[in-house]
Amino acid sequence: MTLDQAVARDAPVDVAAESTGPPSVRKGEETGVKSAAGAGRLELVRVDPVSARRWSVPRWVRRTVGPLALLVLWQALSASGVLEAGILASPGTIAATAGDLVSDGTLPSAMLVSLQRVAVGLVLGGVIGVALALASGLSRLGEDLVDATVQMLRSVPWVGVIPLFIIWLGIGEAPKIALISLGVAFHLYLNVYAGIRGVDAQLVEAGQSLGLSRWGLIRHVVLPGALPGAMTGLRYSLATAWLALVFGEQVNADDGLGFLMNQAREFFRTDVIVVCLVVYAILGLLADFLVRTLERLLLQWRPTFTGQ
Amino acid sequence: MATDVHGSVTTPEQGKQVAGAAAPDTAVQVDGLVRAFGGRSVIDDLHLSIRPGEFVALLGRSGCGKSTLLRVLAGLDQEIDGEVLVPRRKAVAFQAPRLMPWKRVWRNVLLGLPGRPERDAAVRALQEVGLGHRADAWPKTLSGGEAQRASLARALVREPDLLLLDEPFGALDALTRIKAQRLVAELWQQRGCAVLLVTHDVEEALLLADRALVMDDGRIAYETTVDLPRPRTVSDPRFGALRARLLDRLGVDGEADEEGTEGQSTDEGADGGAGSGGVVGGTEVVGVGAASGSPAAAA
Repeated sequence: MTLDQAVARDAPVDVAAESTGPPSVRKGEETGVKSAAGAGRLELVRVDPVSARRWSVPRWVRRTVGPLALLVLWQALSASGVLEAGILASPGTIAATAGDLVSDGTLPSAMLVSLQRVAVGLVLGGVIGVALALASGLSRLGEDLVDATVQMLRSVPWVGVIPLFIIWLGIGEAPKIALISLGVAFHLYLNVYAGIRGVDAQLVEAGQSLGLSRWGLIRHVVLPGALPGAMTGLRYSLATAWLALVFGEQVNADDGLGFLMNQAREFFRTDVIVVCLVVYAILGLLADFLVRTLERLLLQWRPTFTGQ
Repeated sequence: MATDVHGSVTTPEQGKQVAGAAAPDTAVQVDGLVRAFGGRSVIDDLHLSIRPGEFVALLGRSGCGKSTLLRVLAGLDQEIDGEVLVPRRKAVAFQAPRLMPWKRVWRNVLLGLPGRPERDAAVRALQEVGLGHRADAWPKTLSGGEAQRASLARALVREPDLLLLDEPFGALDALTRIKAQRLVAELWQQRGCAVLLVTHDVEEALLLADRALVMDDGRIAYETTVDLPRPRTVSDPRFGALRARLLDRLGVDGEADEEGTEGQSTDEGADGGAGSGGVVGGTEVVGVGAASGSPAAAA
């Protein structure tokens, strides 16, 4: 195009005289909008807006195609007998089983029990994790006492302590809740501590220059500044809580989602197992949604926040 | 200014307040101040006194310790030797606005005030700096100039006897800076508080201050009163003379710089001329470029 322009400008007489001139010039004319092909006039090419050019399928429709295709394939394989019910039940069967489990009250009561475990574990672990993080984040003495210990214990895989918990706490609710609390506490500790230590020193100094007391600094500067870190910690710890729940309930339980799954395993009920997995997934999604809502409410001041 | 408003910046060794040692007509009294970082004295036996209501500009090359001195006066740096007396009511505006991003503007203004201050107090202070309509905004939505004015309102709402300004206009664009300087001049004349303005801009110092100090080698190396009538203009010949003298003291060759700035202004004039003439000449230039480029492209 620049070449065409250059040629056109350089030798306008030529272009006007030989309108069937060199191929490069004509090519430009074909794709371009023909301006009155007067001597020395520039040829303009329209820039077509993408939206006008083609009709496009809405994004969410395109994104649902993959999962739907997988479901259809699964159903087809089950119906044709390639996939036996003993290996994996068909989506239709699973949906029916889910309906049965809901209507006879088995699934709701199991969910309630599991949700309670997560809630109690979350609160307990949250309190412990945040308290330790505050102790080591806000004071150097606390850091020296707490941080090294926590960092050391962190390297122990927390799932590995299940046998110890069973020996210490028996096989009731206590070991399950303790396991969830452990996972939650570590994640919250790490992120809240990092959040506190990541607060901009310039803002702390500004707070000092405004005459804030030590408690005022903590309340108005340090804690709000640590909030983004705390929210990240909360999200991680929720994911961990579900994981801990699955582990805890698999080992020994007489109620809850894990118990339902174990029971189903004994009777080769793959449909029930899949229903429980789906429920775990939905609960996890719900928890994530809750944290996102919380973030939207609490972190709307953040310049980086674009979650509207 | 009664002596009882003076609170001493205590050194860790002293650990006690020495109040009321200053003469009644000083807002700041510094004697034999030393501040060392790892054995290197950034401030070395510095003496300074500022009268109540006086506007003092502190100039100096970067790294000369002028910001350190301001932090000492603000009470943010207490690892010092020597005696420093400052008013109990003092306020700082930093180069960056340092607003708490998680508090709306009016809450930022009230932050740290004793008691339970009313929102109205914040709005009044914001109105003074022309920001009354942004009281409920989040700091992230403010422009650079607005944030700096909010920071100024936050300092003023404390009704300070000493206002410490640490290059508060340094990060602003030229137009916003002129407006902000005028605002500070107005507010100072209304409030009548002592001001210490740390800056590296000689013109800014001469436009605003009663007295200009040049800091070098950790002490006040030079000082001059600026007895020009207000409002001041850069075009005043006495202004030019003072500027040359201060630039000389700052280690910039006064004569050369005078020529330099003049050269710059004529340069700008030339630029402007070229710009306005460029409409005519410019097309020619482009045309020539295209004409000279095309044979090569064609070939």
